[in-house]
Amino acid sequence: MSDVTLRSDTDIPDSLLPEEADGDVKRHVVEIDSHALNFGPQHPSAHGVLRLVLEMEGEVVARAIPHVGLLHRGTEKLIEYKTYPKALPYFDRLDYVSPMCEEQAFALAVEKLLGIEAPERAKWIRVMFAEITRILNHILNLTSFGLDCGALTPALWGYEEREKLIEFYEAASGARFHANYVRPGGVAQDLPAGLEDRIADWARTFPQWIDDLEALLTGNRIWKQRTVGIGVFTTEQALAWGFSGPCLRASGVPWDLRRSQPYDNYDKVEFNVPVGRQGDCYDRYLIRVAEMRESVKIINQCLEQIRPGPVKVQDHKITPPPRREMKRSMEALIHHFKLFTEGYHVPPGATYTVTETPKGEFGVYLVADGSNRPYRCKIRPTGFSHLQAIDEMSRRHMLADAVAIIGSLDLVFGEIDR
Amino acid sequence: MADPANPPPATGGPTRVVPGTLGAIAFRLSTAVPGILSASIEKGELVVRTTRTRLLALMSLLRDDPRYACQQVMDICGVDFPERAERFDVVYNLLSVTHNHRIRVIVTTDETSAVPSVHQLWPAATWWEREAYDLFGILFTDQPDLRRILTDYGFEGHPLRKDFPLTGYVELRYDEERRQVVYEPVNLVQDFRNFDFESPWEGILTLPGDEKAHAARQDMKRQG
Repeated sequence: MSDVTLRSDTDIPDSLLPEEADGDVKRHVVEIDSHALNFGPQHPSAHGVLRLVLEMEGEVVARAIPHVGLLHRGTEKLIEYKTYPKALPYFDRLDYVSPMCEEQAFALAVEKLLGIEAPERAKWIRVMFAEITRILNHILNLTSFGLDCGALTPALWGYEEREKLIEFYEAASGARFHANYVRPGGVAQDLPAGLEDRIADWARTFPQWIDDLEALLTGNRIWKQRTVGIGVFTTEQALAWGFSGPCLRASGVPWDLRRSQPYDNYDKVEFNVPVGRQGDCYDRYLIRVAEMRESVKIINQCLEQIRPGPVKVQDHKITPPPRREMKRSMEALIHHFKLFTEGYHVPPGATYTVTETPKGEFGVYLVADGSNRPYRCKIRPTGFSHLQAIDEMSRRHMLADAVAIIGSLDLVFGEIDR
Repeated sequence: MADPANPPPATGGPTRVVPGTLGAIAFRLSTAVPGILSASIEKGELVVRTTRTRLLALMSLLRDDPRYACQQVMDICGVDFPERAERFDVVYNLLSVTHNHRIRVIVTTDETSAVPSVHQLWPAATWWEREAYDLFGILFTDQPDLRRILTDYGFEGHPLRKDFPLTGYVELRYDEERRQVVYEPVNLVQDFRNFDFESPWEGILTLPGDEKAHAARQDMKRQG
């Protein structure tokens, strides 16, 4: 609202004017030389249900005010009323593009409070599926980012590749998206026979797909015109605005939780952490492409090092007993019944446990009071901080650039709104 | 799992939090900085408790002192303990990417006393504070943008308080006749069933349907 002009002589018909004011109060019409544009919540480039009120000066964004919460489902409140095993599936439904990474954060938090550690094989499975999830997420983000900027083909190719990964999800957990697979104390069940070979086969061919994607976008003149120098965020800005993950690394901070605060078996795999310099949309794109290549490396290392063994802790007060044992053993039956009604009791304490999800730092601040339900489970979504910075990031950009910026931030409203 | 208090022996692997670093910070904070109620390692995480009046000074110190260098505030959230005099905890999770440590700062407050806002130190704090205000009703001074963020436009109440019912108070639906979305009081076919699964066998003296036998037992006890 920059230029406010007051005019008393207008050509507005009398029927549209307000009632004549009493006495000496003067009536005037205020004309504001800028306009607000409602972007979303039902806009394909809003990546879900983002409502962005853009104050425009012509085609230049003067101010961007995001309205979030349209997908707010009260996850944190619901979790307070569920036992720990029942709280886990809510995490799939937060960032529904990278479900297993979020389960992992909750599982690690509960394990920390319980003082248990998942067995070796479970850790390898978790790392492997976390990386599969990372690729799953980055494919969707990069291709839909391309779609926002007018590139249709990457999305068509990407969905085919995603389908293969979703089949791995299905083979391991039985569900394509909402896996409920990574659980406190390990994973739900062992990998089916042959899945490791299938993943290995896929990991051999996937780098070729990344090359194809890069052939479409990386050197593409239109793509570069749409992304290079758009939405530049300096290191200082990115740190101050609470960025994490690829968005922080694109701004030149070599920070990756898998490296700096490793969890599960990330300290036993070797990978590079790509870091950008410019902090623009193009760098955020490049970081994600490079991360996909690193993820393939990690998956291969997991496949080499994974050995047969138990996939959950053998304490049946925390993990369910095997089905066949339940048919014969009274104790196993009692454990099963108690676990799925009462759950397990977590000793009092609090932890802020984080994982490096594909989007950045996903944290769970879990407060336990010794009962079988979390006293408080604060979910620290990654996109919340990123979206908050959109006003700063898109200021004085064109409207079309705001779309590119939204695409490059990798927003998913399931987790932002919780 | 990265457990900063007892890290596994590092063998040329990735850099880990040096043992004792957090303990040294806790010691330094609790001895050298005024207004710290406690600074301790809980579950391998550094937790610092302070008062509302000292919060801003402590936060500036943690951000600007090169020994702490917490460049980022990753999370601000509330926790509700309705039985306490000051019912809310406000929890700040700070991160230093140069030192690779996390510091958790906790202050307490109630419904009416405001907590100083830290958005001048970290602009990212604004939305976290809005969220704490929205879900708990925690007030922040000097926060120019203390609006609701996650709940519906025109929402009343603070849903994450322990005394707010899980089902809420209003529900909305699209009214075909009025051709608009209408809000109505929550009307559930069945009440929300909050089962108490905890130890169903213990603590029950009289089993349902067994009152007579129980009375007889009590009589025997009295006589004997």
